[in-house]
Amino acid sequence: MINSTFFINLVRFVLLILVQVLVFNRLNFFGFINPMVYVLFLYWYPIKTNRTTFILTCFFLGLLVDVFSDTLAINAAATVTIAYLRPSIMRFVFGVNYEFQSFKLNSSTKAQQFTFLALLIVIHHIIYFTLEIFSIANLLLILKKSFIIGAASIIVCLLFSSLFSTRKE
Amino acid sequence: MQQIINFLIRYKIFLLYLLLLLISLIFTFRSHSYHQSRFLNSANYFSGNIYEFFDNTTSYFGLREENEKLLRENQRLRYQLYNKKSNRAGSLDSLENNYLVVRGRVIKNSYSDQRNYITIDKGEKDSVEQDMGVITSKGILGIIENTSNGFSTVQSILNEKSNINAKIKNSNHFGSLIWDSKDYNTVQLVDIPRLVQLTIGDTIVTGAMSSIFPENIPIGVIKKFDLDKSKSFYQIDVSLFNDMTNISNVYIIKNLNREEIIELQEQTETNDQ
Repeated sequence: MINSTFFINLVRFVLLILVQVLVFNRLNFFGFINPMVYVLFLYWYPIKTNRTTFILTCFFLGLLVDVFSDTLAINAAATVTIAYLRPSIMRFVFGVNYEFQSFKLNSSTKAQQFTFLALLIVIHHIIYFTLEIFSIANLLLILKKSFIIGAASIIVCLLFSSLFSTRKE
Repeated sequence: MQQIINFLIRYKIFLLYLLLLLISLIFTFRSHSYHQSRFLNSANYFSGNIYEFFDNTTSYFGLREENEKLLRENQRLRYQLYNKKSNRAGSLDSLENNYLVVRGRVIKNSYSDQRNYITIDKGEKDSVEQDMGVITSKGILGIIENTSNGFSTVQSILNEKSNINAKIKNSNHFGSLIWDSKDYNTVQLVDIPRLVQLTIGDTIVTGAMSSIFPENIPIGVIKKFDLDKSKSFYQIDVSLFNDMTNISNVYIIKNLNREEIIELQEQTETNDQ
């Protein structure tokens, strides 16, 4: 069981990075919209988890995307932050019952799943664009980019998650 | 002691998070200064090969267009060659030449970020080094920033850090070429004094002050110009000759006199002190 989860996560890790850097970083929809789909890794990652390995994995996920897209370490900073905040976000979205053994992402409502994904993406994008642009004078540009690209990322991630959703049991 | 250990155990996740965040912020802010982004760039063996593999498969789709571009450039160069006034043939002796040219291919391009970098498939083993100029058949593209054995990254002119010496063609009024990160077809030329006569459509080329690019490499044409806040210099919007979204074949230029120039400049600076 442990081996199969590990294997699935490894495949996701590699495939999401490749899809991100080879497809979505080249999309340039309207000249600037490049959705970030690799955030789905944090959405799909098992809920019961060793937090130390989870944060380290997410750090390397962000760092590898950075290496490919020449963005210094901005992706790593944003990803490690949402990895750290993930339990708090889940407690906010699903209430206390996510800590029960029987809780599964599929068993929650569509609205809850959407909120969870949207919060992850919005926080990630705000940190990412704040660090990328890094000037208070361009606050409007930061907000504009975070929300437009964030909306695009949410749409693409929703499509992906419905396409590759695990079987309902 | 016991309490410190307890504290560390209780907050170990938070401390780990802070450590990782600090590492990534150090990587990020160290690289804001020029020539510091050594560790994290796509010119490494791993990402370079992945990009090259995928480019090998997708580059076929633009071949006809790319051939057309290169033919046109050949046509222009042949026209210049046959109509040259003096018939002294260019020397093949490398000691008499000032510039070395290496050809390369773009395997990764980006133009939608604030700091855009391009990755090309030539590196140290093709004698590409930091601070060599990169141009296409239409105009300038950027400056080599990082190199590995087989690949290098180019700091594109579409980069906040980019600052290139440029001038108005057929005059000696020079300024700096920068990018305000708004539009990927437009760059800005600043520090051209107010007394210069400008017309929309004038050509902008690289200036002679640069030890990276040869003089008179085309950049673009004036789209719009305005006086800046101090009212004594122009702020000029230059629309680029290059279509930055569609770049495949590039030339990398090495100025063989660069080391001498820099040495001389440093000497002058130390003498001044």
